[in-house]
Amino acid sequence: MIKFDNVSKRYPETGDVLRNVSLHLQRGEIAFLTGHSGAGKSTLLRLIAAMERCSRGRILLDGQDLSRIKENQLPFIRRKMGFIYQDYKLLQDRTVFDNVALPLVIAGFGHHEIVRRVRAALDKVSLTGKEKKYPLALSGGEQQRVGIARAVVNKPPIIIADEPTGNLDPELSAEIMFLFGQFQKVGVTVLIASHDISLISQLNHRVLKLEHGQLVSS
Amino acid sequence: MKRKNKNRIRKDPPVRPVRQDTRQTKTAGGNFADKLIAHRDLHAHALFSSLGRLVASPFASIMTIAVLAIAISFACGFYMLVVNLQQLTGNLETSNQISLFLREDVSDAHAKKLADSIRQNTNVQSVKFISREQALAEFQTYSGFGEAINTLEKNPLPIVIQVVPKNSLEDRQGLEDFLKSFQQSPEVDIAQMDLQWVERLQSIMAVTRLFANLLNIMLGGAVLFIIGNTIRLELHNRRDEVVIAKLVGATNSFIQRPFLYTGFWIGFISGVSAWFIVTALMLILRQPVEKLSGLYEGGFHLLFLGFADTLALIGISSALGVLGSWVVLICQLQYTKPE
Repeated sequence: MIKFDNVSKRYPETGDVLRNVSLHLQRGEIAFLTGHSGAGKSTLLRLIAAMERCSRGRILLDGQDLSRIKENQLPFIRRKMGFIYQDYKLLQDRTVFDNVALPLVIAGFGHHEIVRRVRAALDKVSLTGKEKKYPLALSGGEQQRVGIARAVVNKPPIIIADEPTGNLDPELSAEIMFLFGQFQKVGVTVLIASHDISLISQLNHRVLKLEHGQLVSS
Repeated sequence: MKRKNKNRIRKDPPVRPVRQDTRQTKTAGGNFADKLIAHRDLHAHALFSSLGRLVASPFASIMTIAVLAIAISFACGFYMLVVNLQQLTGNLETSNQISLFLREDVSDAHAKKLADSIRQNTNVQSVKFISREQALAEFQTYSGFGEAINTLEKNPLPIVIQVVPKNSLEDRQGLEDFLKSFQQSPEVDIAQMDLQWVERLQSIMAVTRLFANLLNIMLGGAVLFIIGNTIRLELHNRRDEVVIAKLVGATNSFIQRPFLYTGFWIGFISGVSAWFIVTALMLILRQPVEKLSGLYEGGFHLLFLGFADTLALIGISSALGVLGSWVVLICQLQYTKPE
């Protein structure tokens, strides 16, 4: 589902941030991406999100070579992925419903389908009934679950989470990880960037470790 | 898991029916008609939400729209000036007509025959015969010297034949040759034409029109820049929204849409405001102008913005709004990326 072939990323200011990274995540696989800060985790995620292009090597996403895709096709690639962020990235002036509905509105779904899918997604993350609330009226854990609902509402084959439990206490973190496990069960590929060692060790998932831009264990 | 929460919500009646008809709506989701409706809804939403945003920050909106409305009023005002001046010279354009003042000894019947023969000339568009009596009556009505005329023993006015040459004779040389041909005929005392004066006025008009057009182009540019800058600020204020939309797979056209509609609304409202400003100014000007015209015995009436002019005014303003926004969006959106 996600395949890196000798991928390097060089920035003019900082030099090589990623060096010859090769990895392959199968459909329905769940993996942690870990490493100290500055090891290149965010760069790797940005490459997957097609926010940046790699300097060398190639990245295959669902069989498509990202370096060969035209700029105007990138939005359609991003629709295959659900992104979850440490800071949730919710629109504060929109209701929970509107936030979760955004990917569907963008993809051009009809009103009824949007209502149905948003309710289903909110139900999955146990937020039914909070549709009309604004993000600021919710707790951190609830906001993160809104973010997750938004990431999965479009039923993408890939979920990318960047420090999804960074701001949450262990109990809430476990809840979130349980959700990811459920998505994996229905065939979604999940990649979670995290440096929460205790959380990672509790779960018996594959761990990709980056050190100074190189993959040291996978 | 927040079971408590879940249980409470499960009892919520509106949720249930939606979850039950899952299969039905799933097939409807891929429907082409459904997508078309969704697309139309997106446009409708962008149209109204962008207007809503303008209303939500009235102070900023009014400031921008006021500046634009004044700029557009200037442009429109210059246009109306030219249109009204053209109406003045429009009356004069017929005065490259030639007046033939006949000799005193020419009889009415003879003069009419002459007029008929002139009418046969291929270069003549129309001929008007004015008898001595008609000339006197006209003079009494319009000159204000009616009383003085009455004291004269006999009518001092000659028979006049007014000849309007065809438009094909517009160049000066042709007209002058034409004039000379009349001067040579024995019945004609004086053949006269106001050509030179008309020419001067026409070139003044041409310069005025060019000046107004240049000013209007500059004002159009100013409108573009003001709208562009407004949209740039709006884009800056809504940066988070743009970034998030990009992350969840929005195309540039999706992101641009609400901003383009904002540009449209700003242009549209400014155009309508400019119409009111110009119309109000012309209402104030109407009486003094008509009084002035009356002093010159002219039939000049101030022309207001017609229906087509109004449509053009609002159409061009709206188009400038969309164009200004579009240019800024094309330039700025590629730099709006998430960190």
